[in-house]
Amino acid sequence: MDLELMINSFPKLLNASIITLKLLSVSLIIGLLIGLIFAILRLNKNIFINRFAYGYSYVFRGTPLLVQIFIIYFGLGQIEYLRSTFLWIILKEPYWCAIIAFALNTGAYTSEILRSAFQTIKPGMIEAGKSLGIPSKIIFYKIQIPIAIRQSLPAYGNEIILMMKGTSLASTVTLMDLTGVAKYIISTTFKPIEVFIVAGGIYLFMTFIIHNVIKFLEKRYGFSQ
Amino acid sequence: MNIFKKTIFSVLASLLIIGNVSASDKIKIGTEGAYPPWNSKDASGKLIGFEVELAWSLCRYMGKQCTIVEQDWDGMIPALIMRKFDAIMAGMSITAERQKAISFSQGYADEVASLAVMKGSDLEGIDTPEGVNLTLGGSTVNKALKTLTSALAGKTVCTQTATIHQNFLESGDVGKINLRTYKTQDEVNLDLASGRCDVALAAAVAFTDYSEKSGKPVVLVGPTFSGGAFGNGVGVGIRKDDTELLKSFNKAINQARKNGDISRIATKWFGFDASM
Repeated sequence: MDLELMINSFPKLLNASIITLKLLSVSLIIGLLIGLIFAILRLNKNIFINRFAYGYSYVFRGTPLLVQIFIIYFGLGQIEYLRSTFLWIILKEPYWCAIIAFALNTGAYTSEILRSAFQTIKPGMIEAGKSLGIPSKIIFYKIQIPIAIRQSLPAYGNEIILMMKGTSLASTVTLMDLTGVAKYIISTTFKPIEVFIVAGGIYLFMTFIIHNVIKFLEKRYGFSQ
Repeated sequence: MNIFKKTIFSVLASLLIIGNVSASDKIKIGTEGAYPPWNSKDASGKLIGFEVELAWSLCRYMGKQCTIVEQDWDGMIPALIMRKFDAIMAGMSITAERQKAISFSQGYADEVASLAVMKGSDLEGIDTPEGVNLTLGGSTVNKALKTLTSALAGKTVCTQTATIHQNFLESGDVGKINLRTYKTQDEVNLDLASGRCDVALAAAVAFTDYSEKSGKPVVLVGPTFSGGAFGNGVGVGIRKDDTELLKSFNKAINQARKNGDISRIATKWFGFDASM
């Protein structure tokens, strides 16, 4: 064990975890928005809208994240027509390709989490709202959405942790995130165990923080039934 | 019946022991299989290339039974140290940095590095001497590096990770550039063609090989590089404590060179004699 290397690489890896956190937070925000929209579409009675939303979540939950990143980064880069459009400004950058892949992936899972949360809302609550004469739009925004968010907190916390670990795949499209920098240090020192232990420790610490924040939120906003 | 079982068991056990005795005659050689024409894979997934053929030849000279295994480039040296295989033949240049971790046999081939762009790039007309040997230095080399520094400023330069090419680009010889590193040379080629990379650096043959096979208009620009950060030729990487194997590889390379095997195989795969 090369302890000196572990100590020396720690600040570099810590610095790289800022990119990891950036990738995570931006893709989670976009993903939550996508998830919410598609969860609502899934509850739509129109069969086409419903099937479209189901298809999206089916495809993105059914294929590996690595494959999705490669298709978006290397695959779309092969289409000559795309390179002449404004889309290329975004797709040219590995950072945005990674964000698009992560957001679409987590969006698919989030839509499923939210959909099942909507479906667990007891009809009695909606009926109670209706009996008080509250318009159904207000019932949706003020009753159904808050309850759904509370219901989905534990599952969503899991999704955040999974996504945090998923961001390590950004290093495959040249981004220097935590894993990317770890690999870089290994490429000059040839000592993978030491460096990956430190990188793993930082990932574990991030999981610890996320886990506790979710636990706190669950306690604060949760209700016992 | 019991005696019968015991006999079979002891026969099997002795076979295992005999197998172990000859184990030193069996070696595993690690290669990347993704850096044509040095080493690559054919359509059926079989390893081919200059180093694969040379490895078989060297093994015949050493009188050893060889197996060639595949290993990702960025894990090549750690895998050797962890005894996943006994020797590296993967277009790996002999550099001082790598020699801190492993030993190298004498060089068996050498090949210059070059920058490449897509046809039509503004870097195409860059005015530098044909070749730059960083070890020699001098005013021509300094002038060439200066020209490159201003030409590459603000450009995205791509190369494979953990290579001599990355070392050179990070050495500051060409100033501060926007460097992007990839796991494989294939990915560098893809992003050069797509336009994400303005310019790429690798062994010159890696680009000409890609250009030929893909039909993409890849053009070599600037000088060819050698010496300095580019190391002293390509050799067989061997664990530091494995001095016996190092000796037999050096001897085999001498014999193969004398008999013209290295230059014959090199000419076959590179189109010119890259042996040394």
